[in-house]
Amino acid sequence: MDALASRETLITLENAGVSRAGRTLVSGVDLTIARGEIVTLIGPNGSGKSTTAKLATGVLKPSTGRVSRKAGLRIGYVPQKLSIDWTLPLTVERLMTLTGRYSRGEISAALEAVGAERLLKAAVQELSGGEFQRVLFARAMIRKPDLLVLDEPVQGVDFSGEVALYDLVRNIRDTTRSGILMISHDLHVVMAETDTVICLNGHVCCRGTPSAVQRSPEYLRLFGERGAGALALYQHHHDHEHHDDGCVVAEGHVHEHEHGEHVHGH
Amino acid sequence: MFGDYFSRALIAGIGLALIAGPLGCFVVWRRMAYFGDTMAHSALLGVALSIILSMNMTLGVFAVAALVAGALIVLQKQATLSTDALLGILSHSTLAVGLVLVGFLTTVRIDLMGFLFGDILAVSVEDIAIIYGGGVAIVGMLIFAWRPLLASTVSPELAEAEGLRPEASRLLLMILMASVIAIAMKLVGVLLITSLLIIPAATARRLSSTPEAMAIVAAVLGALAVVGGLFGSRTWDTASGPSIVVMALVVFLVSLAVPVTRLFGRREIHGT
Repeated sequence: MDALASRETLITLENAGVSRAGRTLVSGVDLTIARGEIVTLIGPNGSGKSTTAKLATGVLKPSTGRVSRKAGLRIGYVPQKLSIDWTLPLTVERLMTLTGRYSRGEISAALEAVGAERLLKAAVQELSGGEFQRVLFARAMIRKPDLLVLDEPVQGVDFSGEVALYDLVRNIRDTTRSGILMISHDLHVVMAETDTVICLNGHVCCRGTPSAVQRSPEYLRLFGERGAGALALYQHHHDHEHHDDGCVVAEGHVHEHEHGEHVHGH
Repeated sequence: MFGDYFSRALIAGIGLALIAGPLGCFVVWRRMAYFGDTMAHSALLGVALSIILSMNMTLGVFAVAALVAGALIVLQKQATLSTDALLGILSHSTLAVGLVLVGFLTTVRIDLMGFLFGDILAVSVEDIAIIYGGGVAIVGMLIFAWRPLLASTVSPELAEAEGLRPEASRLLLMILMASVIAIAMKLVGVLLITSLLIIPAATARRLSSTPEAMAIVAAVLGALAVVGGLFGSRTWDTASGPSIVVMALVVFLVSLAVPVTRLFGRREIHGT
């Protein structure tokens, strides 16, 4: 269990909540993210996903409860959508050094890791949705973050692009051992490798492995029978060995759902 | 070198253009043109108040412009009226209050046209010292804070998540704009300051492929507009401030003829 031994806890939220002007945005969130772990937040609009993520990254201070972070935690952030105005001339190369200084070699290596090295000199405005998302991944990864925060990473990307991006997330997790916090507004799509899904609606309404969550009565109540029935789990075509700590996602079970109502070409 | 009024005007104008170019890029990138206008319009109120309180005019204009920026931030937090409407209110009411106050000043005669459209031919050696002293400070701050400023311009959420402080960047930009307005008012007047920020930056966009290049090109193009405008105004005996702006416009129009794709952003496609 080498993997378990290296699972250093990066962030812990204990009963954390945020209130603004007398309104509770989110409350009672318990959450830990460890190295090499993928945590996905799902929930409807306004359910507190972004607020919870901001608590985790330290942008917001908790009004109630406690948040602790590993000292010197380095965060890489892939934003939800980034529309860069035409007036701002920005090449991919320049975007890579947006929040820090990196050498040419580091930039090339980071772009190569996401298969975007040929875009080095391209202007960001002329990238396709999928290309831009890859570049944003590379930009976050060049920081060698302890924690990678992905805000709705597949929004605006077509289906094959989605699959490719989830492959990329898995690769990043496996090769860098950073913790990954993913926010998904698509209630029905969760990576099968997600260790913990936290379903939010102003509070934590259910949590667990993806397959456990989709069967929970709270999830069904929140998203309705129709929505819940369509929860698709992206499962890599290889078998995985890391289902050993209670995160067992049986292959057969996943496929049953994967091919249930959605026909996915995977 | 500072002997005649014309070379003083040239030196002052070029100095201003070198400051306004890089700062103007942020105004264009962040869509703060109307915001800049509002701060500039409040400068007349600053003039009136500094005469009434008998304080330094540059300082008075800076203080009022900064206050207007602060007022806008506070009003935006209330989230009742749109920023657009708030700017409209602040912009024109500060200009109007300034004009009314100037009317009350019976003891001092004020050249209103000079403040509205500037009088670059009347700059003193002391003004030049203020422009270059202030300019070194402003450009120095821009260079020092360049990376966080640019990062929070591209995405405040991203900058914040990675440990930068976009609110502080925004505040810094507002203070720098207030300073430029205070410095520039005598030269081009409150009605034309924003054009010196925006037009060279907008022109530079087509000629640059990185933010840094755009800042430098904007500074150079601004200086070009100042030189061209001043010589034009001497040749045809036209108002100097507006002539500079017209020259900047001419450069902008010429730049439109330059095809964008030939200058930057060529996409390298090889392999797959």
